[in-house]
Amino acid sequence: MDWITTVDHKKIAILYLWAGGLFFGIGGLEAILIRIQLIKPMNTFLDAQTFNELITMHGTTMIFLGVMPVIFALMNAVIPLQIGARDVAFPFLNSLGFWTFLFGGLLLNLSWVMGGAPDAGWTAYTPLSGKGYSASHGVDFYTIGLQIAGLGTLIGGINFLATIITMRAPGMSFMRMPMFAWATFITSAIILFAFPAVTVGLVLLTFDRILDANFFNVAGGGNPVLWQHIFWIFGHPEVYILILPAFGIISEVIPTFSRKRLFGYSSMVFATILIAFLGFMVWAHHMFTTGLGPVANALFSVSTMLIAVPTGIKIFNWLFTMWGGQVRFTTPNLFAAGFIPTFTMGGVTGVMLASAPADFQFHDTYFVVAHFHYVIVGGLVLGLFAGLHYWWPKMFGRMLSESLGKWTFWTFIIGFHLTFFVQHFLGLMGMQRRVFTYLPNQQFDTLNLVSTVGAFLMGVGMIIFLVNVFLTSRRPADAPEDPWEDGRTLEWTIPSPPPEYNFKQTPLVRGLDAFWKEKMAGHKGMTPAEPVGPIHMPSATILPFLMSVGIFIAGLGFMFSRDEFSSSIMSFLFNNYIVTALGLLITFGSMLMRSLFDDHGWHIEPEELEGR
Amino acid sequence: MTTAHAEAAEGTLPHEPEKASLEGRNKVLAFWLFLGGEAVLFGTLFATFLALRNQTNEGPSAAELFHLPLVAAATLLLLVSSLTSVFAIQAMHRGNVAQLRNWLLVTVLLGLAFLILEIYEFSVYIRHEEFGMTTSAFSSAFYTLVGFHGAHVAFGILWITVLIGQLMHKGLTVVTAPKIYVSAMYWHFIDVVWVFIFTVVYLLGKVG
Repeated sequence: MDWITTVDHKKIAILYLWAGGLFFGIGGLEAILIRIQLIKPMNTFLDAQTFNELITMHGTTMIFLGVMPVIFALMNAVIPLQIGARDVAFPFLNSLGFWTFLFGGLLLNLSWVMGGAPDAGWTAYTPLSGKGYSASHGVDFYTIGLQIAGLGTLIGGINFLATIITMRAPGMSFMRMPMFAWATFITSAIILFAFPAVTVGLVLLTFDRILDANFFNVAGGGNPVLWQHIFWIFGHPEVYILILPAFGIISEVIPTFSRKRLFGYSSMVFATILIAFLGFMVWAHHMFTTGLGPVANALFSVSTMLIAVPTGIKIFNWLFTMWGGQVRFTTPNLFAAGFIPTFTMGGVTGVMLASAPADFQFHDTYFVVAHFHYVIVGGLVLGLFAGLHYWWPKMFGRMLSESLGKWTFWTFIIGFHLTFFVQHFLGLMGMQRRVFTYLPNQQFDTLNLVSTVGAFLMGVGMIIFLVNVFLTSRRPADAPEDPWEDGRTLEWTIPSPPPEYNFKQTPLVRGLDAFWKEKMAGHKGMTPAEPVGPIHMPSATILPFLMSVGIFIAGLGFMFSRDEFSSSIMSFLFNNYIVTALGLLITFGSMLMRSLFDDHGWHIEPEELEGR
Repeated sequence: MTTAHAEAAEGTLPHEPEKASLEGRNKVLAFWLFLGGEAVLFGTLFATFLALRNQTNEGPSAAELFHLPLVAAATLLLLVSSLTSVFAIQAMHRGNVAQLRNWLLVTVLLGLAFLILEIYEFSVYIRHEEFGMTTSAFSSAFYTLVGFHGAHVAFGILWITVLIGQLMHKGLTVVTAPKIYVSAMYWHFIDVVWVFIFTVVYLLGKVG
C-alpha cells in the first residue's frame, strides 16, 4: 500500500525500475523466441502470425515499456539529488506519470491473452495496421495502450523540465549543472514536443479502426503516407529521447573514474542541444523509399548526416576525458568504455543509411536491424547498465558485486556483437527484416546461427545481472555516502539511500562538479545555503493510482465498444459506452477530489532531523 | 516571500497571488510548458486537416457546407470570453473576489454558448448534409480537429466551474490563485487555436 500511494521520487524511481525491468524481461524473451525461430532455414518453431506478433511486441515493449521506464527510473532517482532539490516540482504528477505508464503497458500486454497481440510491426504502418489487414483487436491494444503509457511519459517530461528550471540549489547556474541533469532537461524538452504528435497519430488510427474514419483509408480519400510522417516526426526524436540520457550517464561515469573533470563541458552542453534540434529535422530519412522525390531526399539526407558532427564532438570529449586520467575500470566504467566504440559503430552505419541512394539498397534489410540495435542496445542499454551499476549504491544503499558485474559486462558485450555484427552482412547479402523464415543455401544459414548463439549469450549476461541484484539485496545496506570515493556531484554528499527529504540543508554550489570542488578545497562536505529548519513534505495519495485505473477501464471500454457479445449484459455495457463512461468517471472524479481537497502536506521538524 | 507573508497576515493578498509561492510559480511555468505540448498537438491536427481537406470522397465539400454567419457568431462569443477572463484576472489582482467570480461566470457562460452553437452546427451537418465521421477523409479530419477543440472548450468549462466553486468555498488564497490564473491561460490558448481554426478551416474552406 505504501508503494501504491507514494509520491517520493526515490520510491517512484524504484517502481519505474521494477516495472521497466519486468517489461524488459518480457521483451527479451520475445527476442529470444524470434532468434530461435531464425536459427535455421525453414524453421517451424513459430508460425508467421505469432512471429509477426512477436516482432511487433518486441519493438514496442523494448522502446516504450522497457528502456524508457528504466531511463525514467534513473532520472527520478538522481535528478533531484544532483541539482540539490528535496523533490521534483510536482510529486503528485510524478506518481500519476508512473501509474499511467504501468497501466498502459499492462493494457498493451493484455493483448497476448485477449485474442492476439498487435501484428503490424512496431511502427504500425498503415494500411497494414488498418482494419482490412489487421482485423483482430491487436492494433487497438497498441493504439490505446501506447496512448495511455505516452500520457505518463509526457507528464514526466513536463515535471522534469519544471524541476530543473526552478529547483536547482543556490549557486547552480545552468552551466554548472551536471551533464546527466542537462541530458534529462533536453530529453524532457524533446518529449514535450515529440509525444503530442504521436498522441494525435494514435488518435487518428484509433478513429480509423473503431469509428470507421478515413484518415489512412485510400478508398475514403485518406493517405497512408500521412501516418508515416506523423509517426516519424515523433519517432525520430524518440531515438534521441532514448540516447541522450545514455550520453548523460556516460558523461557522469567517465569523469568520476578518470579523476578528471569532463573535457569540453560547454561543448558537451551545446552538442546535446544541437542534437535535440537536429533530431526534429530529419524524420523523413525513414521514408526515402516512399517516393518523396530527390529534393526532399537530399535535404533530409544532409540534415541527417549533420547529426554526426555534435555526436562526434561528444565521442572525442569522452576520449579526451580519459586521456591522461587515473582511469579505474570498475563495472560502471567498463560499461561506459564499452559504450564508446560500440555506439560509434552504430553511428557510422547511421551515416551510411542517411545516404538516400544507398538506403534504397539497405532499406528493410537486416542491415537496418543491425544499425539500430547497435545504437539502442550497444548505446542505450550499455549506458543504462553503466548508470545502474554506478547509482545502485545510492538508490539501495548496497554495492553490487564487482566480479559479477564484470561477468555481466563481458558476456553481454560479446553476446551483443555476436548477435548484431553479423546482421550487417546478412542485410548486405539481402536478408529482409520482418520475415519469419528464409530458404536454405542463400548463405544466410551460418550467420543466423551465430546471431542466435549471441542472443543467448546476452540472455546469460542478463541472468548474471539478476543474480547479482538478488545476492546484493540479501546483504546489509551499508554503502557509504560516496562509495566510489571520487564522486563529483551533489548526490554523493548525502547518505545512501538518501533520507526522505534528501538534503537536511540545501547545499551551496560553488562551481561545476560541486562536491569535487569542495573536496579539492579540503572541505569534508558542502556548505549549507540555509539554516536547519522544518521541511515541508507532500502527503501520500491513492488518487494517481485511481486516475490511471479509470483511464485503463475507459480504454478497454472504448476498444470493445463496437464488438458483438454473446451475453446481452456485456453488449449493453460496452456498446452504449457505459464502461468507457465509468472509467472516465473514476478519472474525473479523482481529479475533482484532488481539486477540492487541498493537500497541506506535513513537516519534518528540526529535532527529528538532528535525531537521525 | 517575506513581504507576501506580511501582507497575507494583514488579510490582503500580494499583488500577484498566483506567483507568491514556489508551488504557484512552478504551476504557471509547467502550464506554459504544457501549452507548448498542446501547440504541437493542434499543429499535428492542423497538418492532418490541411493534407486531407480536399479529399471529399464525393461527399460535401467545405464550400458547400460551411455557413459563415453561424461560425462568425461562435467566434465572437469565444473571443469575448477571452476578454472577460482577462477582466477576471484583473479583478483577482485587485483582490476583488466578487468581481472575479462574476467575470469567471460570464466566461463560462460565453464558452457554453459557443459549445451549444458548435453542437448545433455539427448536428445540422450530420442530419441534413449527410456529413458524418465516416463520409470522407475531409470529414474525419474536420470532426477530429474541430471536435478536439470543442472537447477542450468543454473541459475548460467544467474546470473553471469547479474553480468557481472552490473560490466560493475557500476564498482567494495563494493556493487557489495560481489555479485560476492557469485556467485563464488555458482559456486564452483555446481562443488562439480557434482563431486558427476559423482561418484555416472555415475561411480557407469557403474561399480557398
